[in-house]
Amino acid sequence: MKEQTSNPVGKSVPRVDAFEKVTGAAKYVDDMAFGPTLLYGKIVHSPVAHALIKKIDASKALALPGVKAVVTGQDSPTLLGLYLKDRYIYAYDRVRYVGESVAGVVAISEEIAEQAAKLVEVEYELLPPVFDPYEGAKPDAPLLHPDLGKYEVVNFIFPEPGTNVSEHFRLRKGRVSDAGVSDEVWAQCATIVEDQYTLPQIQHAPIETHIAVAQWNPDGQVTLWAASQSPFAQRDLLAQSLGIPHGNMRVISPYIGGGFGGKAGISIEANVVLMAKAVPGHPVKVRMTREEEFVATNVRQSLVAKYKIGCDKDGNLLAMDLAYYFGGGAYNDYGVNIARAAGYSCTGPYDVPNVKGDSYCVYTNHPIGSAMRGFGMPEIHWGLEQIMDRLAEAIGMDAADFKRQNCVRQGDTILTGMTMPNVDLPQCIDKVKEAIGWGRVSKPSAPHKRRGKGLAIMWKAPAMPPNPGSSAIVRFNEDATLNVYVSGQEIGQGAFTVAAQMAAEALGIPYEWVRVSANPVDTKYSPYEWQTVASRLTWSMGNAVKAAAEHARGQILDIVAKYWGEDPADLDIKNGVVISYKSEREQSLKKMVVYGLPNENFEGWQGGPIVGSGKFMPTYVTGLDPNTGQGARAVVHYTVGAQAVDLEVDTDTGQIEVLKIASAYDVGKAINPDLVMTQIEGGAVHGLSSAFEGMFFDAQGRLRNPSFVDYKLATSLDAPREIHGDIVETPLEDGPWGARGVGEHVMVQTAPAIANALYNALGVRFNHLPLSAEKVYLATHEGEELTCKA
Amino acid sequence: MLHEMSLNINGETYPVVVKSHDTLVRVLREQLGLTGTKVGCGNGECGACTVLFDGAPVNSCMVLAVEAQGHRIETVEGLSQGGDLHPLQKAFVEHNAVQCGFCTSGMLMSAKALLERNSHPTEQEVREALVGNLCRCTGYIRIVDAVLDVAEAGS
Repeated sequence: MKEQTSNPVGKSVPRVDAFEKVTGAAKYVDDMAFGPTLLYGKIVHSPVAHALIKKIDASKALALPGVKAVVTGQDSPTLLGLYLKDRYIYAYDRVRYVGESVAGVVAISEEIAEQAAKLVEVEYELLPPVFDPYEGAKPDAPLLHPDLGKYEVVNFIFPEPGTNVSEHFRLRKGRVSDAGVSDEVWAQCATIVEDQYTLPQIQHAPIETHIAVAQWNPDGQVTLWAASQSPFAQRDLLAQSLGIPHGNMRVISPYIGGGFGGKAGISIEANVVLMAKAVPGHPVKVRMTREEEFVATNVRQSLVAKYKIGCDKDGNLLAMDLAYYFGGGAYNDYGVNIARAAGYSCTGPYDVPNVKGDSYCVYTNHPIGSAMRGFGMPEIHWGLEQIMDRLAEAIGMDAADFKRQNCVRQGDTILTGMTMPNVDLPQCIDKVKEAIGWGRVSKPSAPHKRRGKGLAIMWKAPAMPPNPGSSAIVRFNEDATLNVYVSGQEIGQGAFTVAAQMAAEALGIPYEWVRVSANPVDTKYSPYEWQTVASRLTWSMGNAVKAAAEHARGQILDIVAKYWGEDPADLDIKNGVVISYKSEREQSLKKMVVYGLPNENFEGWQGGPIVGSGKFMPTYVTGLDPNTGQGARAVVHYTVGAQAVDLEVDTDTGQIEVLKIASAYDVGKAINPDLVMTQIEGGAVHGLSSAFEGMFFDAQGRLRNPSFVDYKLATSLDAPREIHGDIVETPLEDGPWGARGVGEHVMVQTAPAIANALYNALGVRFNHLPLSAEKVYLATHEGEELTCKA
Repeated sequence: MLHEMSLNINGETYPVVVKSHDTLVRVLREQLGLTGTKVGCGNGECGACTVLFDGAPVNSCMVLAVEAQGHRIETVEGLSQGGDLHPLQKAFVEHNAVQCGFCTSGMLMSAKALLERNSHPTEQEVREALVGNLCRCTGYIRIVDAVLDVAEAGS
């Protein structure tokens, strides 16, 4: 071994997965071999947005040579869902969006399956659709889920049966009632901004589309290979819904070609398992085309947000009256918790004495709105962070100063009644102001161009049940190299690398001695991990890894102490060697971590193969009052940050060029500073891209832009020339070495930062995403004759 | 219709039997086990399947396998020689230009093609050469820097 990195925590050691990925050796699901018995599945999607299913006739499909089976919801109507079981695996009596799974065809080749899927005849009786969440929440809107009151639901989600509201979170703080903030409070405000902001649904667009392979053996053993952020959650959901003993349900998940939340929870996987059940013993593979990925997997929810916010003449925020209507799409089994998260964090990172917040998840006849990087926070910050600028302007204050004055600080009693944990948001604001040259105006590169700067801040807590657990195992080899077993998924964020760093640090061995045995994650052999979501791995999985390493370390010290006749408290492990501070003796870890050590005079042996195990689960999150959202501890913690943007806009074309993005986030402790920077950079461009993205539907609910030609992702030419990042480190009380997560936060407030910079450049406000060139152009040429002069 | 032919991939000759409509990427991945080349869209829009066709970058999902006969095909598996990483692979590792890894093979191949036709590209030229390769993770900055680094080292 060439290099030896001692105490790797805090050092930018190389990624453990990079070599495999640059050589093409890294295996993803579609790279795995399944042998000659492999069959292929194709999902039959609904072509209509809302309808009753009158009849399904699969006879023509079944008659096609090479077709092995067709499964439908009629075969076994089975409800599925993470927080709210509201979704049939295959549509049962009705369809609720264009793209819904109606049937599954299994055949000997992908081509035959595709051909057969077109032969499945489905008779529909159309129902009136609902597309707008605000309209859909009204009592007289067409009902999408008449059985909402019968669905199984967790105890912290509150559906309103008889309406399209699958979750209603209420936040009441200070002088407010269900009718709103007290008039006396509004009367104290020097200025009030009341406005509506909206965002369309957007797609995660991982470069690897959803893919799953399933095999249902005649002995009842079921295996699923999936590109998944949630192998254990999927195992649990499949076992529950399909009545499979957990021990018989095995989920295997190798590397994932991007997730961003889209591969969290469960999507097509159950459909594939039911296909496999129809052809016992055969593996069945389903890979989504890019078009299917757009319409028939998860997307980010849309939002209609209504804000009324006021402050006094000195710029102190006094009141917020907020109503968030999330367009949850056809099924809200995961989406209900996004509306809840947006509810308990509805103020954004601000200390406000009077808050009335209502956050609704609303069924619509659009694709399934589900987890996406930021989980409700990019959506609510879009309007919030622009209104803060408008309030500041109205009372003649600098927007950054206004935000700094009102932002949450450690010890504040925040909106839910919880005490704000240790974070330093003012420092983040100061850092980005400095990096972007706040207050200084740059000259545009041409007369028809305008320059502008904007700033936005954010907060986000991991949004999850109160008790999601992590576990880890460490196991030594004869040469004292160590295998670390975890089930956090390496989705690009660097989870394996930080797991290796933490294990090495806690044990006292060089980083280069650690191997991460988590590819693939296999629920049959890997330790439990709830899901790779919520920016929780560095913190939660990290705590489990640290505990496992400390468990192993304790065993080693006990053996050596006994061997030397010393007290374990006097011993330490440094660079792979046990040392005694008392006797100054040394004992290499090599061999002894497997074979143990002999007693004196060869009278027997002691020790044995060292295996350490560790777990972590937060135990302190409390329930919240369903009428007020008040409780002692709503969430585990918050990560905060600030971002500032410098851009140039072309008034002749409406095109925006983001020149620089400066970010600062309080990550507690950067376990690997360069990997934090790669999140900050990648997130900034993801956030930038999201400001220009939108799924556009026709009046029948059909997606009009399901391809990368019509749905543009940021390319290498769109990425800013400069992305500056600052890491703030205010340690988290229960974080490993003080660390908290940062994976999602880095894109939360980019869109409003761009909008604020756009206002700075043009003096025009944009309330509705995306920021298309057409929209910008029309706004800057309002009232002009725009007919073609050519 | 089946075609019996041979493909020249990374300097090796592979006899194959392909259908008329088989794409090059399908034959690479499913017949020859060269799974380093990825499929992200199947429509020539994302660049994940980029390979070199007589030195020029192509989306191998848009090329029929039969068209590749008699041409020199290079894939990510051919980049490292004799156990040593190609300078671009090294630079991608050193710059942390890799996250989920799904676009990486295509990025490397597009970058290789660029440096072979222009050994000293400007930053703008690098960005233009990679515009057909979508990456959702990295924000491109590290990738561009890695390519520029290799260009400078080769001067």
